[in-house]
Amino acid sequence: MPASSSRTDKGGQLTRWLVTLPPALFLVIFFLIPALIMAAASFREPGEFGGLAPLAERGLSFDAYRFVFDDLIYAWILAKSFAVAGLTTLLCLVLAYPLALLIVRSPQRQRDLLVLLVILPFASNFLIRIYAWMIILGPLDLLYSPVAVIIGMVYVHLPFMILPLYTNLEKHDPALLEAAQDLGAGKWARFWRVTWPLSLPGVLSGSALVFIPVLGMFAVPELLGGTGDLLIGNLIKEQFLDNRDWPLGAALSLLLTLAVLAVAGVSSALTRNRGQL
Amino acid sequence: MALLEIRSITRRFGRLEAVKDVSLDIESGEFFTLLGPSGCGKTTILRMIAGFDQPDEGELFLDGQPLAAIPPEKRPVHTVFQSYALFPHLTVSGNIAFPLEMARRSRDEIRRRTSEALALVHLEDKGDAFPHELSGGQKQRVALARGLVNKPRLLLLDEPLGALDAKLRERMQGELIALQREVGVTFVFVTHAQQEALALSHRIAVMNAGRIEQLDVPEALYCTPKSRFVADFIGTINLISAEVLEANRHGLRLDAAGLGEITAPPLAPAVTGTRGTLAIRPEHLRISAHAERIGLKNHFSGTIGEYLYRGDVTVYKVRLDSGLLLEALATNAGPGRARFHEIGDRVSVEWRHDAGVFLQN
Repeated sequence: MPASSSRTDKGGQLTRWLVTLPPALFLVIFFLIPALIMAAASFREPGEFGGLAPLAERGLSFDAYRFVFDDLIYAWILAKSFAVAGLTTLLCLVLAYPLALLIVRSPQRQRDLLVLLVILPFASNFLIRIYAWMIILGPLDLLYSPVAVIIGMVYVHLPFMILPLYTNLEKHDPALLEAAQDLGAGKWARFWRVTWPLSLPGVLSGSALVFIPVLGMFAVPELLGGTGDLLIGNLIKEQFLDNRDWPLGAALSLLLTLAVLAVAGVSSALTRNRGQL
Repeated sequence: MALLEIRSITRRFGRLEAVKDVSLDIESGEFFTLLGPSGCGKTTILRMIAGFDQPDEGELFLDGQPLAAIPPEKRPVHTVFQSYALFPHLTVSGNIAFPLEMARRSRDEIRRRTSEALALVHLEDKGDAFPHELSGGQKQRVALARGLVNKPRLLLLDEPLGALDAKLRERMQGELIALQREVGVTFVFVTHAQQEALALSHRIAVMNAGRIEQLDVPEALYCTPKSRFVADFIGTINLISAEVLEANRHGLRLDAAGLGEITAPPLAPAVTGTRGTLAIRPEHLRISAHAERIGLKNHFSGTIGEYLYRGDVTVYKVRLDSGLLLEALATNAGPGRARFHEIGDRVSVEWRHDAGVFLQN
């Protein structure tokens, strides 16, 4: 018996390797290597006409980082971007939570339809949907304002909040709400003492799915916010496309990535603690 | 005045009448059981008492007050759910404190009564554990403590022992009886397990298809069932079709299909010609080796078909010479012998003239 069980163990390990290999390769090729290239680029000098100066001529330098840390404007833009991301996340949560609850508490047939409606916007092009918002916001005199940026950000990311919330709320055992009511909990107590704490993993993953992309988003602020309101995403894009300072763009990207990883780390640590439910 | 009065309640789901014109009184301090097969309406009644469902007709009164307008969270009635429904994000203490917090008790009182409730169910050392860290029996006890801690007028128990294994279930039955006696709270217990109902209850309402078939103390339900359904549902019983030959206050003479003349205890409304069923428990049948019959009034010859050995007793299936199959129970307490009869043994089956009960069709 031990012999055969060790053989299955080996087989199991082989299978595990075969299953993990493709995603691991994918991450290495499309995430790790580009990140390393970006990190390397941030320590070089900009080329005369964009790109990077030849390593042999100019060598490595910390200029890009010195530049970023010397001027408070970059910190300010990063802080502003965090504020926009935070506000967007909060608004998405406030809008998505009742919606997700409504979907979960609808009869099964309507539920499927409502979920379909949530993901339906993905069927049309993202830029076209943003242009549509320009047409809506223009006559309201809101276009090219921070309000327009927030509206656009919330609009684009709302499904990413609704779906994890929905997946979480759907798993709640309805008997728990009945038990709470039976034990004397009114409508609000049932929500704040049972539904809300049980939904925290969904709230956190939804928040991460909104907060992180909003931080790096440049299309929405550019199209709806006009030129005056720069966020970190626009700033990075400008370094690469307009300003042709690749090292500076790379350094900013790297700092943003670190900031995002920090946020993701905090969020997953919180989820893990809550995950012991 | 009864603690809970149920007055002619009917509940329909579409065209199905789940509860049909049920009335009953539950007295304070009682351990009352609603017993019946699944779909008999017992859980629907429980949900109407808790307030999660409303009768289409009829009324419920608690302490004389009509319940109709009182939502579940305002009723002094708590439930122990079949699935326990413990809050997974709260500790054992958090779960037990929940009803006290909802009732806005003071912090000191909550702490004191939570630890009292923990002690009541012998879980003093589990206060900080989360539900997923507990065994089935421990979850069960937390659910009980949570239901009792705020001293409800009524505690409803919806098949609370259903998820436990046999041994644990037996132990929890003992604990439930002791607990109910200790706290003095009125229990309304719902189950389909007749043994459990007999063991736990002061009174049992046997339900079938939305109606109460019989409401009685356990002994009366077992010994003098009033209908074929009750006789058959509670315990095992032999059912023999028969017709009354003669009825008087001393007893009945019956003509039983294939057996000829037998006797049964008296039954007031039975007259000559009444058709029905003689219901007789396996433990009232005496089987003995053919030569050793002791001369009771009703006696027949037969052959042992098969048997179930249960340690303390053996259940024999005896094929009578007339072809009728009867179950007879014999204790295995004979000196020096583990069991008395083998398959194929010729035996005689006898029962007293006043054993069994005649049920009119």
